[in-house]
Amino acid sequence: MTATESTLRPAAQRSGPGLGGKLGALALLVLVLAAAVLASLLLGARNVGLDSVLAALSNVDPADGDQVVVQSRMARTVGAIVVGAALGLAGAGLQGLTRNPLADTGILGLNAGSSLAVVVVVALAGAASLPLVMAAAFLGAALVMTLVYVVASVGREGATPIKLALGGAALAVGVGSITNTILMISKSTLDEFRMWQIGSLSGGSLETYLLAVPVIAVGALVVLSTARACNAVAMGEDTAIALGINVNRARLLGSVGVVLLAGTATAVAGPIAFVGLMIPHAVRLLVGGDYRWIMPASLLAGPILLLLADTAGRLVLPPSEIQVGVMCAMLGGPIFIIMMRSGMKSVKL
Amino acid sequence: MSAIEQSTRRHEPGRPTGVAARRSARVRIAALWMLLVLLATAAAYIFWGRDRLPVDEVLQVLGGASVPGTSFILMEDRLPRLVVGALAGAGLGISGALFQRWLGNPLASPDVIGVGFGASAAAIAAMIVFGVNDWKLSAFALAGGLAVAAVIYWLSASGQRTGSRLILAGLAIGAMLQALIQFLLTQTEVNTASDAMRWLTGSLSASTWERAAVLGIGLGAAGIFLLPVVLRQLKLLELGEDAAAALGLHVGRARVLLVFTAVALGAIPIAVTGPLAFVAFLAGPITAALSRSAIHVPLAGLTGATLVVVANFFAANLFAQINLPVGVITGAFGAPFLIWVLVRANSTGNGG
Repeated sequence: MTATESTLRPAAQRSGPGLGGKLGALALLVLVLAAAVLASLLLGARNVGLDSVLAALSNVDPADGDQVVVQSRMARTVGAIVVGAALGLAGAGLQGLTRNPLADTGILGLNAGSSLAVVVVVALAGAASLPLVMAAAFLGAALVMTLVYVVASVGREGATPIKLALGGAALAVGVGSITNTILMISKSTLDEFRMWQIGSLSGGSLETYLLAVPVIAVGALVVLSTARACNAVAMGEDTAIALGINVNRARLLGSVGVVLLAGTATAVAGPIAFVGLMIPHAVRLLVGGDYRWIMPASLLAGPILLLLADTAGRLVLPPSEIQVGVMCAMLGGPIFIIMMRSGMKSVKL
Repeated sequence: MSAIEQSTRRHEPGRPTGVAARRSARVRIAALWMLLVLLATAAAYIFWGRDRLPVDEVLQVLGGASVPGTSFILMEDRLPRLVVGALAGAGLGISGALFQRWLGNPLASPDVIGVGFGASAAAIAAMIVFGVNDWKLSAFALAGGLAVAAVIYWLSASGQRTGSRLILAGLAIGAMLQALIQFLLTQTEVNTASDAMRWLTGSLSASTWERAAVLGIGLGAAGIFLLPVVLRQLKLLELGEDAAAALGLHVGRARVLLVFTAVALGAIPIAVTGPLAFVAFLAGPITAALSRSAIHVPLAGLTGATLVVVANFFAANLFAQINLPVGVITGAFGAPFLIWVLVRANSTGNGG
């Protein structure tokens, strides 16, 4: 009773397009990703030429303004790829493991938990090192995720998508106000977090984003390893158990992976919501309902969304820019409502 | 839908009438205690605010005399704060309780379903873009809240389970409005942003008699002229919309009036104090737990007022040196209560 059409179709339909179609879709995603990377490097308050990009890639000439611009955009481009991949895959994992079409790292409060933990650590330890911040972010995400599940599981129907979404959102508000308290007490922390809290890629350095890569790779592998379990869960928990899938183990493992992905993304770029919601649904249209395809495709599509959102945010109001977190919320809100409306039509959420 | 379940439970045939009498007795007792806490805290705050005032001087001032320093602190700071806080809490509490009763879901309070964010976003936009900073802010907040309520209602209308749909649509709209608010904040200089952020957390520090008057007039008008009608119609709506229509209620008009009243009672305080986190959310469920019955709307108003006055007392005394806005206290101390409300709602099957 908790799944929408998209997650609970007959097996034949669920496989979606044929193998060729799926490979074609992945190839298309790779091409679009390449184009998005290029756009992110070329466009902005100051547009640069392709030759400057190529020159800057090999060896930056500090005297050439265009090349310096490219270099500064390099960091946020890498950031968008890393964070987008993490959030897209985290969303796919959450949706698959909980059979919940409304799952997202933002909606379920994971981002808010990470933010709180990061703010606490920075307020207590001053300028904290990135590994410490990341560890705090994992812990915060894990705690909130556990809490949201425990709270939503109370009652007869168990953790339904709507209970999870409502509980997660309400807890996110609560956790957010504790975060605000700490920011209010410490003015210096407030100044440091004003931009970060919105979800922005403009502040991070290339080193920060590159440091996040190994953690995200581990998280991605863990989440990808649960793809088969997600497919089985999509057919109903009882069916999954009958198929010999250890659902609880898969959920625990997947949750660890999701927390690694979401926590790292929040630690480096701040809380960005709705990416994890939008990407798996968009990808489903391309590759069908098989999580062994949805997950890798989300890994490619997440960066595309973040790159385009970040680039668009730079182009809308030059010379100032709209943070990527704001762009994603503006884009994701309507999509969430559309999902909710179509989901409610077919199934009681 | 849980509202119907609730109301059928309440209107079970053959129930002894003593139950209703005992319930209203419990509501009265809860109201009495709440009033006692409110008055005791208010009295304590008069003496122990940010700094302690000598008892004899306070009594002199209250008796009409003028004592340098003490007079000013009392008449220009503490008393307006108490009045604004109590009025704002009452408005928010009633607003939340109306939404929660109507939708039969404790999570349906205006601070969760985006109506509060609508009021905040409109007020912030008015502050930053148009430089408004007086009673007109209330009009902006009200307009913003109403616009968001209309959009959410339109998005969730048609079909079953309007309550859950409305809450989810509100969540999404709320997230978008929050992003808009944050964007507006980054577009201003740091000082304006810091002021706006303080306001966004909910603060009584800018309380004046003038603002208390704005609040009193706005809330009084809605509370005296609209609320009694709305409460009467709400009882019918809770029987189910078909039953209400059969009993001669114009359901569409009743709903519009209810939403307008609830949004007005919530948005007018937001314009003055900023959104005091969780007051609208918690007042209703606390009331229900104390009186062990459905949410009693006027009692929720009293509870909201008490919550804000108590939070204000703690804000002044717990971290006196930091000058913490009261919304931070209601937010931080409200978070654990939030979990309690969620667990309570889910275990009775009201969580969605």
